[in-house]
Amino acid sequence: MIPPMQTAPLLRIRGLKTQFALREGLVRAVDGVDLDAHAGKTLCIVGESGSGKSMIARSILQIVSPPGRVTDGEMVFQRTGREPVDLAKLDPAGKPVRAIRGRDIAMIFQEPMNSLSPVHSIGDQLIEKILLHHRLSRHAAIDRAVEALGRVGIPDPRQRLSNYPFELSGGMRQRVMIAMALACRPALLIADEPTTALDVTTQANILDLIAELQAEYGMGVIFITHDLGVVAEIAHEVAVVYLGQVVERGSVDDIFYNPQHPYTLALLSSIPKLGARRKRGQRLHSIKGMVPHPFNRPKGCPFHTRCPEARPGLCNLEDPRKLELNEGHIVACHMRDPAVLTQAAEVTV
Amino acid sequence: MNAALPLGTTATEPDLLMRAENVKVHFPIKRGVLKRTVGHVRAVDGISLDIRHGETLSIVGESGCGKTTLGQALVRVLEPTEGRILFAREGEAECDIAHLGETQLRPYRSQIRMIFQDPFASLNPRRRVIDIIGESLRNFGVTEEREVEAKVAELLHKVGLRPEYMERYPYAFSGGERQRIGIARALAVHPRLVVADECVSALDVSIQAQTLNLMQDLQEEFALTYVFISHDLGVVEYISDRVAVMYAGRVVELSDTEPLFARPRHPYTAALLASVPRPDPKGARQRKQMRLKGEVADPAHRPAGCAFHPRCPFATDRCRIDDPQLRPVDGHMVACHYAESLDLKGVHADAA
Repeated sequence: MIPPMQTAPLLRIRGLKTQFALREGLVRAVDGVDLDAHAGKTLCIVGESGSGKSMIARSILQIVSPPGRVTDGEMVFQRTGREPVDLAKLDPAGKPVRAIRGRDIAMIFQEPMNSLSPVHSIGDQLIEKILLHHRLSRHAAIDRAVEALGRVGIPDPRQRLSNYPFELSGGMRQRVMIAMALACRPALLIADEPTTALDVTTQANILDLIAELQAEYGMGVIFITHDLGVVAEIAHEVAVVYLGQVVERGSVDDIFYNPQHPYTLALLSSIPKLGARRKRGQRLHSIKGMVPHPFNRPKGCPFHTRCPEARPGLCNLEDPRKLELNEGHIVACHMRDPAVLTQAAEVTV
Repeated sequence: MNAALPLGTTATEPDLLMRAENVKVHFPIKRGVLKRTVGHVRAVDGISLDIRHGETLSIVGESGCGKTTLGQALVRVLEPTEGRILFAREGEAECDIAHLGETQLRPYRSQIRMIFQDPFASLNPRRRVIDIIGESLRNFGVTEEREVEAKVAELLHKVGLRPEYMERYPYAFSGGERQRIGIARALAVHPRLVVADECVSALDVSIQAQTLNLMQDLQEEFALTYVFISHDLGVVEYISDRVAVMYAGRVVELSDTEPLFARPRHPYTAALLASVPRPDPKGARQRKQMRLKGEVADPAHRPAGCAFHPRCPFATDRCRIDDPQLRPVDGHMVACHYAESLDLKGVHADAA
């Protein structure tokens, strides 16, 4: 579906590891993740809670809260007209990464009420951010803030500057967050479940807005969600994560029409599909068990404890390799690995 | 108020479990030092519903439409400002429970139960599972401690948890397991009606599927009737027999599930359906979207005429003045002046 990219990806992540060294043991929150985000495209990261999808986003911006930290891997970020920079090598508190945060890579969080300051007007918060990254007069910054608010569809933006977050509805607050994220024209926008707390009608409007702004500015978007419906609406590429690993990634059509990993298959079949009404007695497909606790991470393939296809003696011992089925469609599963399957065939013969 | 009665039904219908007649829940807005009432939030503003024995009736709508308040009025957590709620206990004559006092309500408390949205907030963190579930049992006549224990073990088994876990505290359980405890608590005293308020919205999809399957199994086993309050239309279509769509404190459309999803008659229903993201990327690229602008009507300042008219793409002058009443159209109950003439898209139309 997506033509092969000639240019280097905007953000190229290889072997990213983020770990928390706790007294109870080591939590491998992100465990060897490879991802590519391209300019003008949307990459969706899907997974259940506890899969580490938010931690990937926080690792990119180096805002993992201690004792967690990025321990390994590389995240090469391509800036226009400047040298590429490896975000994994930057000091989380250092100046270089702080210049990138908010300016080149912006982030929108799930709950807009918790990510806006309740004691400052939205205008003050917007202007503060603009002045932090740009050498502008206060007057010019105000104009820019008004323009940003107007762009995200807030009526009477100049009056709204003096409003406080509690005076706005959930959808309006999320629009303010988007205005704030986009005020500095970032090259990459990371959105962490930005519509989960919103009604479907509001969600549809916010998704439209993000897509519209993406087309206008040509920015790359990394969109984190657990809702496969949202993924189908907006994604160009999809990465399915489970226990800190990408188990499958590919174009949106690969994932929805040719899913390969048993976890992806199970996720897709466990959502009640609109328009496919159940017959009496028909049941939803459900994945047995639940996501293992991070301290008891299973050995081998992380999904083998819940996988219907798992083969004892293989899946519970060895890590599956990342197998490229066709251009850009990568799956990490022993049972899709031709080498493993031919080997097994020989054994049975 | 006989005009508010759902049409085509009689009070002596055998499969009728609960009937709400013109139920209103208004909250006063108080201002100033004297706490004078300056207005009312009309959270539920005249709802008439029949709940039939053994069915799953879903109530859908955006946040702020009053669906939770309605649910709370039906279980009588809240006292309705106005209206009647008729409910019959097993083998007894029906009775209006809308304005009963706490003592008179007591026998009905075991018959109508609730499952809450947030499995983290709805279980007391300082009590063990056996106390949480056992309290309902003790409240309704089980006195023997050993019997309580045996019953709790049986209930936990029914909802798919290990009976050994009854000594544990809620923190030891995941979200899905806590919701199972909440379900076990609701079912402990053999209710006939269970009001489930957004009971799967806080769960991951795989756990959500498990919970929905469990609720379906329990419904068959105990002949339960569910009032399922949700904003997730995918789940609603899957689980319900009938669906009531609420907007600004009123039902705007009520119908059997299939016709409602296939051919909605109210523009609001159609807009809701169009907003649901569907796991079908090709369809998403082709579909022409119907988007709702603006915000949900403020229940303290209900717009004149049809409450939906400021956001409705089909609104005319008549909609701005004349308040439409719920009326039958082709087997649906719809509150729209133009229900017959509008050609609205359902979900099957573009799925094909």
